[in-house]
Amino acid sequence: MSVINTKYGRRSFIKSSFLAGGGLMLGFNSLASLITEGRALETIPDEWFNINAYLKISSDGVFTIKAPHPEFGTDVRTSLPMMVAEELDVDWKKVVVEQADYKPSIYGRQYTGGSRGVMEKWVPLRTTGAAARQMLIKAAAKTWDVPEAEITTEGGVLYHKASGKSAKYEEMAARAAEIPVPEKVALKDPKDFKIIGTSRANVDLIKMVTGKAPYSSDINREGMLYAMVVIPPAFGMKLKSFDALSVKSMPGIKDVFSFKTYEDGYKRNMFDTNAFPELVAIVGNSTWEVLNAKNKLKVEWQPFTEQSFVMAGFRGEQTVVVPPGLESSSDHKAKMKDAADKPGRQMRKDGNPEEVFKNAAKVIERTYSAPFLPHYMMEPITSFAHYTDEGLFVAGPVQSPETTINTISSRIGLPPEKIHIELTRMGGGFGRHFHAHCLTEAAVISQKVKAPIKLQYTREDTTNMGSYRPACLAVYRAALDKDNNLIAFHVKAGGVPDNGLNANAFPAGAVDNYLAESFSIASNITSGWFRAPGDNFIGGVEQSFLDEIAEAAGKDPIEFRLELLKRSKEKPVGARADYDASRYAGVLELVREKSNWAANKKRGVAAYLCHRAYAAHVIDVVVKDNVSRVQSVFSAVDCGIVVNPDSATNMVEGNVVDAIGHAMYGELTFTKGKPDSSNLGKYRLIRMNEAPKNIEVHFVKNDIAPTGLGEGPYPSVFGALANALYKATGKRFYHQPFIKNSF
Amino acid sequence: MAVFNLNVNGTKQKVDVDGATPMLWVLRDQLKLTGTKYGCGIAQCGACTIHLNGVATRSCILPVSSIGSKAITTIEGLSELGEHPVQKAWIEHNVAQCGYCQNGQIMAAAALLKNNSKPSEEQIETAMKGNICRCGTYVRIKEAIKSVSRT
Ligand code: FES
Ligand code: FES
Repeated sequence: MSVINTKYGRRSFIKSSFLAGGGLMLGFNSLASLITEGRALETIPDEWFNINAYLKISSDGVFTIKAPHPEFGTDVRTSLPMMVAEELDVDWKKVVVEQADYKPSIYGRQYTGGSRGVMEKWVPLRTTGAAARQMLIKAAAKTWDVPEAEITTEGGVLYHKASGKSAKYEEMAARAAEIPVPEKVALKDPKDFKIIGTSRANVDLIKMVTGKAPYSSDINREGMLYAMVVIPPAFGMKLKSFDALSVKSMPGIKDVFSFKTYEDGYKRNMFDTNAFPELVAIVGNSTWEVLNAKNKLKVEWQPFTEQSFVMAGFRGEQTVVVPPGLESSSDHKAKMKDAADKPGRQMRKDGNPEEVFKNAAKVIERTYSAPFLPHYMMEPITSFAHYTDEGLFVAGPVQSPETTINTISSRIGLPPEKIHIELTRMGGGFGRHFHAHCLTEAAVISQKVKAPIKLQYTREDTTNMGSYRPACLAVYRAALDKDNNLIAFHVKAGGVPDNGLNANAFPAGAVDNYLAESFSIASNITSGWFRAPGDNFIGGVEQSFLDEIAEAAGKDPIEFRLELLKRSKEKPVGARADYDASRYAGVLELVREKSNWAANKKRGVAAYLCHRAYAAHVIDVVVKDNVSRVQSVFSAVDCGIVVNPDSATNMVEGNVVDAIGHAMYGELTFTKGKPDSSNLGKYRLIRMNEAPKNIEVHFVKNDIAPTGLGEGPYPSVFGALANALYKATGKRFYHQPFIKNSF
Repeated sequence: MAVFNLNVNGTKQKVDVDGATPMLWVLRDQLKLTGTKYGCGIAQCGACTIHLNGVATRSCILPVSSIGSKAITTIEGLSELGEHPVQKAWIEHNVAQCGYCQNGQIMAAAALLKNNSKPSEEQIETAMKGNICRCGTYVRIKEAIKSVSRT
């Protein structure tokens, strides 16, 4: 048990008083259709008591818990409320989950990304549940006139053993709501958890399998019009002119106009990544009619010569200068190769690598590359906006509402308090929806046409207006002495524009002579965060390279890694190593045991730490009729306490399949600024007949505070796959997509 | 524009649209049946799968004028509260992540199992490879289908 100050809780409680009225109404409106674990709310309870902003208790014992973060598929709508329910000590079957409004003053930061949701809400949400339970206990103690310490709870019931008294939470809820928030509350010892650590079905499952889970693309409103945008055909181009008359008289078309997503001189925030801030909008009565007009619109584009803007970033404001030109993938490759041939920006240096390389018994040098990748969320970008004199209602895929609301506010001239961002379920995100320009665009269009509008990007627009995973290249060198010890390690990595090399990641700290360098290449092709940014490339290729070093040294690849980790733990090199060598080794040992590693010689392994989760995978590939297919994957993951095991397992499986798909097939190339494949058919995503037949997921059991799983298990899959393909085919795979394996 | 009398989920529906309009948009825009999803618009992802006289069909390339009296079933018509065996299997296997592809996956699986109640692993893969899941839930989808075929 740990005692914790209710700093987070108090913040919610203070604010909850002014929320009360609105919260109550919201509850009534949306509850009628809610179903949890098969239980429909047939009757609406007479009374609701707001215990705090996260929790409402109805007079008939339904516990409504708010899910604070937007959901894009990691199931935080289940795992986060589980934390509240755990400390509150209620029966999960009586819990109904409701999406919280966007109110950071109450719920803290509300965003989805960086695998941070579970980690950041771990203490605040449990504190909230514990504080509410404490208030219910106080109410019962007062009512029964007994000491608080003698009251126990179980499954939503308060007990006083000595007098035999008991009361359901809902019977005490009205009184509890009057009680001030406790200054300190006790949190449970993990061994006493009843909900956390047990598998609970996704709270939206029934809605999802009956077509009723609403995405922002599903919003329909009285009088709603449909909008599409026409975007430049290539990066490096901008709007020159368009002929509205060419489509205005087409059936169902209401309006055609151009607009800017940002006012001139606007200072962009760090997520205002947008290559095409001036677009043409077409508005009409139906998607089909607008699409027809979009295809017919006469529009002229021109290359831009100069573009610059001020943008906020992690290191403060800076002026971003966008280079002009129509770029092709062949140019990118040549530039990356050129940069790799020159000295890079030094990120870390231990010992004297140059000298050691000169005198080494064996030197291995390998080059790895990967192309741009579009996020390819299953749901093409769609947003809804309704601008009225009272304010603005917007809904759309948004991972970072806190930056998006400021962009909208500044563009349409409404203060943030008058903007309601609805956090609707997203049909995937993978990092793309940090850049939620579509909400601003919808707001501008609605303001102009004075009607609720739904802005629908086509799949092609969604791909072509991407903020892609950058194209990357890395050159690795390793030096071995005559006894096959790794004595020097050198990585030089970069990309278009860069690839986020973490110089202090493993194997830094484990090798005496170490050098990490990076390079970057300016481009007008927009890139952004993509599942496990930076790591999704570096993690995989580093692990392929380690495999080759192990082979050159004549060592078992798991044993080789464990030796390095032991070295780093016992006698670390340099001042900093951004990993816990024991946890790193722990996942390798677990995967070795669970996969029965020694039983099969034709398999690949890799391990990596990313977003605070350690993961190791063993992959078995089978080649049949010249086609390689992953047969089995064994995954071992250490993400601390696993809040919802089945959901966590699903997330690891998803990481595995996604990574295999992108490693094998993912590639977006450009010709003169234009993406070469904007839709399926030309662009390839993994399908069921290419996915692994079995995935076995194991978690390390410990009591370490949990972290998320959206990204951690991802990078190492790329490496394990490359290593497995080598064992199965005898060929090393250096260049993604592996079906091409060429640079 | 022309008037079409459609049979959707057992109900007669009248729509007045351009005959070339894909059924996907008729369902989503005119009939407000939004369970059927737009993914690619070119019959490559399966998000828009519906049943046309019981056969799994990509509604994104299916002009409304071609339908005539054929019966359309959408995910909303498969069952109201998720009692269809395929939906039940999806719930039991906690299949979904973002969930966006799952309506199409379920419609494809339901059509497969109607024609072949005991599909082999290979038959499942052949029938389902037209349905993309970007979140990568294929292993669970396959398990869910197998569990229905066992009952
Ligand atoms: S939307 Fe019809 S198959 Fe993709
Ligand atoms: S669950 Fe997200 S695309 Fe399938």
